[in-house]
Amino acid sequence: MAQKPVGILRFLGTNCDRDVWQAVETLGLTPRWLWHEDTFHPADYSGFVVPGGFSYGDYLRCGALAAKAPAVQSLSEAAKKGQPILGICNGFQILCESGLLPGVLVRNEGRRFIDKWVKLKLRSSNAWTQSASVGRELNLPIAHGEGRFFLEADGIDRLFENNQVWCTYSDNPNGSLKDIAGISSPTGNVCGLMPHPERAVTTWMGSEDGRVILSNLLV
Amino acid sequence: MKIGVRILPKNEVLDTQGRAVESTLKSHGRSVNQCRVGKYVQLDLAETEPALALKKAGEIAEFILYNPLIETFELEVLPN
Repeated sequence: MAQKPVGILRFLGTNCDRDVWQAVETLGLTPRWLWHEDTFHPADYSGFVVPGGFSYGDYLRCGALAAKAPAVQSLSEAAKKGQPILGICNGFQILCESGLLPGVLVRNEGRRFIDKWVKLKLRSSNAWTQSASVGRELNLPIAHGEGRFFLEADGIDRLFENNQVWCTYSDNPNGSLKDIAGISSPTGNVCGLMPHPERAVTTWMGSEDGRVILSNLLV
Repeated sequence: MKIGVRILPKNEVLDTQGRAVESTLKSHGRSVNQCRVGKYVQLDLAETEPALALKKAGEIAEFILYNPLIETFELEVLPN
């Protein structure tokens, strides 16, 4: 039986949706759009990606308005069922604002939008890293103005204790607490990260390291 | 009835906007001890009783207007 499609959420202002679509196709999988105003049946999909962009123009707070969308309610059901969900950049912000992931992404320490390649270290195993070995380094691009992960100190300690900090920056670009680049839910099926794995899936893009994360959709 | 919702970043959160304004003020000879930048939301509600209007505004603020991890909010009844 053919694998179920990968659901890609689209909000007003999402702009990395087509990149994710192409990356999913590059892996030999079938992508399908999920419009923010519609609910969906989680069981019809093998996994979900919430792409980056500027949903609702970052009004109020990044991801805050998108987090209340009907499609995110369906995504919460998928999360409870243990299905794999990946939030990239603004998608990470949306997952945090919806409560599917702890913490919040705030303005970069240096106040600037940063667009560059960064080195990351994989620190724990979850639904999106199971094919990769812990400790592996990845080379991925970032492009964000509000990517500084924030949570009160106790909360951060708990994330480390529970292995929910799944990737960190080798050279922290934005002042993110404890160099955090990505975190997961306690169960490991919901993950968010600020770097863009979908922008690194072929050699001509500069790196294929994005496959290390996205290829877990094939599992 | 109109209710104002004043939202400010918590003291322990780095307020980059506030810092930027502070630094501009300083460079123009108008130093301040501190400057924090937040947002102000004005809600026009059907409720006419201040207590009811404040309760509803509080619920709205909790629902979406502020993020308790990084912000605080205060409500005020505004003249019509």
